[in-house]
Amino acid sequence: MFDLDRWIEIFETIRKNKLRTVLSGFTIAFAILLFTLLFGVGNGLLHTFEREFARNSMLSIYIYGGKTTKPYKGLQSGRRIRLKNDDLSYLTKNYEDKMLGISPTMTRQLQGVYKGKQNSYSVRAVYPSYQVLQSAEIESGRYINTRDVHNRSKVICIGRLVEKDLFGERSGLGKDIFLGGISYKIIGTFSDIGGDREERVIYTPFTGFQKIYGNSDNVEGFGLTYNPKMSVDEAIAFGNTLERDLKEKHNVAPNDQRAIRVQNYAEGNRQVSSMMFGLNIGILIIGIGTLLAGVIGISNIMVYIVKERTVELGVRKALGATPKSIIGMIMLESIFITTISGYVGLLVGTTVLRMIGDGLEKYFIVNPSVENYVVVGATIVLILAGTIAGFIPAQRAARIKPIDALRGD
Amino acid sequence: MIQIKNLHKSYPMGKDSLHVLKGLNLHIKEGEFVSIMGSSGSGKSTLLNIVGLLDTHDEGVYILNGQEIKELDETKAANLRNKFLGFVFQSFNLISYKTAVENVALPLYYKGVGRKERLVTAMEYLDKVGLKDWANHLPNELSGGQKQRVAIARALVTEPKVVLADEPTGALDSVTSDSVMELLKEINREGMTVFVITHEEEIAEQSERIVRLKDGVIISDEKTKKAVTI
Repeated sequence: MFDLDRWIEIFETIRKNKLRTVLSGFTIAFAILLFTLLFGVGNGLLHTFEREFARNSMLSIYIYGGKTTKPYKGLQSGRRIRLKNDDLSYLTKNYEDKMLGISPTMTRQLQGVYKGKQNSYSVRAVYPSYQVLQSAEIESGRYINTRDVHNRSKVICIGRLVEKDLFGERSGLGKDIFLGGISYKIIGTFSDIGGDREERVIYTPFTGFQKIYGNSDNVEGFGLTYNPKMSVDEAIAFGNTLERDLKEKHNVAPNDQRAIRVQNYAEGNRQVSSMMFGLNIGILIIGIGTLLAGVIGISNIMVYIVKERTVELGVRKALGATPKSIIGMIMLESIFITTISGYVGLLVGTTVLRMIGDGLEKYFIVNPSVENYVVVGATIVLILAGTIAGFIPAQRAARIKPIDALRGD
Repeated sequence: MIQIKNLHKSYPMGKDSLHVLKGLNLHIKEGEFVSIMGSSGSGKSTLLNIVGLLDTHDEGVYILNGQEIKELDETKAANLRNKFLGFVFQSFNLISYKTAVENVALPLYYKGVGRKERLVTAMEYLDKVGLKDWANHLPNELSGGQKQRVAIARALVTEPKVVLADEPTGALDSVTSDSVMELLKEINREGMTVFVITHEEEIAEQSERIVRLKDGVIISDEKTKKAVTI
């Protein structure tokens, strides 16, 4: 029940005991501020780490053809192994349940031209499922879709830097540019945390591109994403199976390392995820530590406050205050102060983090930030701690005989 | 107003218990001005605690304003204190961060009186003790005598049945003591029952009736000369 009179009484107490209010408020605000900053900086470190190590999707396997180095089944070495469209249907048919998606790839370095501006770009012809293999994020428009592939459309999705090179600050979406003398329509732009090189890539539907540059059903390579439900070991085994199968299909000696190359990111994935785990644990320890310091701080202050007020509480009791009203007064006061100052700490912390932004990049801290629910959670923990820490002495104070309290001085 | 029959109280002291009140019988009528005298350890503070509903008795009967006091929980005791009793303490016990008028208004807050009405009533009582001009001063800006006057106004503001004063002049010099006692006598003349605890003979003599306590029993209970002359 909201009781205005009670709140007025509490506000007056808060207003007239500035030192006490500031002391407990500062503890909470400072704890939350520290928590936000440390957690934010920790996350910044994590972001750097993600950017450096998690360039491509970590669930990917790439397959490329090469030259044989060993004679096998009467075939001589030095033979060029070409992957073909039927390898795609073969893989899709046999391993559909183990893959999230597969895409053939073909890359050409082509001159991109728009109204006199030009530059050389690597143009990658893919299927829509190639998108999950990359860390590319669509900024505007869309990625290549199935219909583009089916219709052999001359459309492209360009990297952020391609757009910047050719269009400056303006949007390139919907414009036509020439690639190797052929006109393509831009249907989307993307950014990629993988770095500048990845942002100077142009994606186009595989089918049309193969027709123009492949002359046949040759495929340069495949990129596929394996089912994330597989463990690292299963994923590695899956990569080995693929390699063995394709070698057999193309009559390559099983121990020939160069003819068909399978790059499995699962191995690296294992190391990266264990490092990420370590970092996360570190951040968690920092967070819990700060929070614990805050909890201890506010508990001490609450005990001190109640002790300091023993006489006052005794007087209030003698004048007719019930134990409930004494406890309620102390609790509400502490909850009010901790909530307000927790919010202040949160606000200051997030503002500082935003101001830092990418300013600490050379210390490997990128975009330091904290999820709101984490900070709000931390604030709630402190409020609860303050409440519990206040409740115990408040209850004791409410139980003490007024005369003892009054004679105690 | 206050009726006590065969009252016993003991406090546990480790394994033993300390028998403080050993069967008191006391009857205080409405409008009386009684002082309880006794050296420290005589049980007078314990008596005040029990009469003031700040402590419970072990045995015997205590009737306050026609109501037998037994098995009170803290909340009920608090409400009865608020309704029937006004306290005046030796060390004044004003709340240091509240002004004189706010201190006087505090019991009314616990009585559930609205804010505006509280301050108006508190002001009336401050006027009554002659401190209207000091209403917005904090306790540390007031002299000892003034503080005790504020405390008396606070004790009176809920229009209680009994004012309990625990060594009300203990912290005051003799001149101020006299003026505080004058005030207590005045409110007694207006019909209030006043119950003073003191160890000073001069103070006790200003009341109408002196009850002397020693080692937990009443050794004498007599009218003062003053009461006789009236």
